[in-house]
Amino acid sequence: MAKYVCKRLGYAILTIFLISVITFTLMNLIPGGPFLSEKAVTPATQAALEEKYGLNVSKPEQYINYMSGLLQGDLGVSLKQKGRTANDIIFSTFPVSARLGGISILVALVVGVSLGSVAAMCRGKWGDQLIMVVSTLGIAVPSFVVATTLMKVFGVELKWLPTMGLSTPIHYILPVFTLAFYPMAYITRLMRSSMLDALNQDYIRTARAKGVSKFKMLFKHALRNAIIPIITYAGPLLAFTVSGSFVVEKIYNIPGLGREFINCITGRDYPMVMSTTIFLATLLVLMNVVVDILYKIVDPRIKLK
Amino acid sequence: MKKILATILAVAMLATTFVGCGSGGDTGSTPDANQPEGSTSAPEISVCIGPEPETLDPALNKSVDGACYAIHAFEGIYKFDENGNTIPGQAEKVEVSDDGLTWDITLRDDIKWSDGEPVTVDDFIYSWQRAASPETASDYANLFDVIEGGADVYQGNADPSTLGVTKVDDTHMTVKLAAPCPYFDKLLAFPVYYPVRKDVVDGNDGWTQDASTFIGNGPMMLTNWSHKESITYVKNPYYYDADKVTDSTLKFVLLEDDNAKMAAYDNGELDYVFQLPIDELDALKEREDFGTINEIGTYYLAFQTEKEPFNDPRVRKALTLAIDRNYIVETVSKQGEVPAGAIVAAKVTEGDSTFREVGGDYFSVKPEDYEKNVEEAKQLLAEAGYPNGEGFPTFEYTTNTATLHLGVAEALQNMWKEELGIECKIAQQEWNVFLATRPAGTFEVARDGWIADYDDPLTFLEIFKSDNGNNDCHWKNAEFDALIDQAKAESDSEKRFEILHQAEDLWAEEMPGAPLYYYADTYMKKPNLEGYWDSPLGYKFFMYCTKTAE
Repeated sequence: MAKYVCKRLGYAILTIFLISVITFTLMNLIPGGPFLSEKAVTPATQAALEEKYGLNVSKPEQYINYMSGLLQGDLGVSLKQKGRTANDIIFSTFPVSARLGGISILVALVVGVSLGSVAAMCRGKWGDQLIMVVSTLGIAVPSFVVATTLMKVFGVELKWLPTMGLSTPIHYILPVFTLAFYPMAYITRLMRSSMLDALNQDYIRTARAKGVSKFKMLFKHALRNAIIPIITYAGPLLAFTVSGSFVVEKIYNIPGLGREFINCITGRDYPMVMSTTIFLATLLVLMNVVVDILYKIVDPRIKLK
Repeated sequence: MKKILATILAVAMLATTFVGCGSGGDTGSTPDANQPEGSTSAPEISVCIGPEPETLDPALNKSVDGACYAIHAFEGIYKFDENGNTIPGQAEKVEVSDDGLTWDITLRDDIKWSDGEPVTVDDFIYSWQRAASPETASDYANLFDVIEGGADVYQGNADPSTLGVTKVDDTHMTVKLAAPCPYFDKLLAFPVYYPVRKDVVDGNDGWTQDASTFIGNGPMMLTNWSHKESITYVKNPYYYDADKVTDSTLKFVLLEDDNAKMAAYDNGELDYVFQLPIDELDALKEREDFGTINEIGTYYLAFQTEKEPFNDPRVRKALTLAIDRNYIVETVSKQGEVPAGAIVAAKVTEGDSTFREVGGDYFSVKPEDYEKNVEEAKQLLAEAGYPNGEGFPTFEYTTNTATLHLGVAEALQNMWKEELGIECKIAQQEWNVFLATRPAGTFEVARDGWIADYDDPLTFLEIFKSDNGNNDCHWKNAEFDALIDQAKAESDSEKRFEILHQAEDLWAEEMPGAPLYYYADTYMKKPNLEGYWDSPLGYKFFMYCTKTAE
């Protein structure tokens, strides 16, 4: 196990290194630059800015400077958000996104797994059909539509819920629902089909023949097998969701990390592009390792090599 | 069962790790938390004039919303009144020599920073030298070129200390101008000329981030900047006119999304919201709380005048005349814009009149004259060798991706096709790419626009000088350049305006760009928010607002 984890972590570092090289290359290939604006800047100003932010040296040198900073925990200075460091931005916005995303995933998992199991249990009946309609909606409707609809209905028309920020628990309701809707729907469908698979297995038939109660059969025997695809899905999902959603954060005005990913690219904020990408990559890679370990816990037949 | 429990526990632990991370982040903005003495229980005023600004440093700011944050927290030698006129701000009096070259400035003796320290001449001199220096990299450093030595300083050829400003004593200073500048008072009211405090600014790029180092001399002061959420100001108790300043906490909510803005306004979370969603404008215009700001700015098209066939003024004129501006402002942009018949915007003043009224339009923008314009356009195009558009190459119209600009592009494409028989393709570019395209000249016709920095025709005309970095049309005309230089050196106001009119006449004859409309912006304001005003430069003044119970 320890050997396995070490090996995986070794691969993780290699992956992150490759991602950093690719990101650095790509971001320098896109046209435009961080200091362009509608008002032309003088060559003296441009030179002063490039010197200040270390962009006056060759590209490989810039990469090495960035990476050596990174190894010392310094993610660089934002070129666009004047006077802020990437560390400050990422570590002040990530907790906000992580909290919102974490709650959303919990909601999605609990509701999705339950609904999926219920749908599988009453397959073909109206309950199943209703759940399938809702989950199809959840997959088909994009989050900005969900967000604006909820906002119009509950914020503007009914005036029940606030629509911006996260200052009180009530403020979480709309963004959490918006964020959770898609994964919830996806988990429901995933759960339903894997549960149906499990329920058709011989050992379930045996259990049923032996007179095991429906509840026990479902939760003790079938769920264990049915949950594996959910874990596979939940790992990367967790990484993506806790790192924030551009749409939800923009619409509900939440100061999370999700908006930074997009804004730094459109603004050509090079250190922020590198830092946010490496941050997300690290999170994803770690989540994948965690998921593999979780498999082992859920299904002892799986051997980690 | 035990193992399932373990699984659930593991997932739960994982989840709580991330949920737990959140406890450190302060997303709950509590504006009362660090409210200083002097603020009372007046109801909070919440407004939205834009998303997160790049900076709150008045010298580095380049946006209109940023300027609005600056006018609340800082004040220059001059300030703007309700009518958009400049009146002395931090100055007691300003005396200008007869030749207009020497400005003797006496500061008020009761001006203080928000921490109680007195504002001195040294603060102004430090701030101007800092803003003009290329090291500071202010987008507006060029506005110091009117001061003696200013051009050399911002171009990096001279030390900032050579800027023509001298201290007489703590409250007196003398400014030497490079040439007479009738709008220097307006520049002195512009954020880049605002004073900042050396002891908090020097060597500290992050001084605007923290209320303890964000020291200003304006009517209000910062208590909190929650990034991407809100900027909160309260009255600066040390401001000389503090009695008139609102007792309410003023919260600038930093919203990006159009729908979010309107939702927050409609459910009462905002008292004022700026720049309304175009799709909803038709309905919003009918409401009583709707308002429009006519700005000093012109939306125009830049022709790449170095490329065929746009190197021919007849072609440029033909394309300009074939545009139905009334259609565009009424059905596409819809914010209450005014069709433009010249490049210098309608609101630019000339004495008691406006520059536009004196100079007139260069082509009629009346709806009934459109057909006549089209006829003239066809004739010009035929003269240029393209009768009925025959043989005219298919060209590209480049714009950045935005609903409004795409709408305008499609309308133009249709008008040119229908009226002149010429084909154009629309190329959309991402904003940052677009910003690089125009100065590089790698386009044929591109969307463009200019918002005045100060109320003077020069701000519009100067950008078309051959060597100007904003000359997106890449238009080079020695006669025009000479006129601009002449205007800049002229001390007699009347003669100066005459020269500027000549320059604009020449511009219109050559038509390197096609003026489309003069900008306007829309807002919604709750009726119980009183004392608000705005200026044609787009500044919005909330510091004297009061909010009564609805």
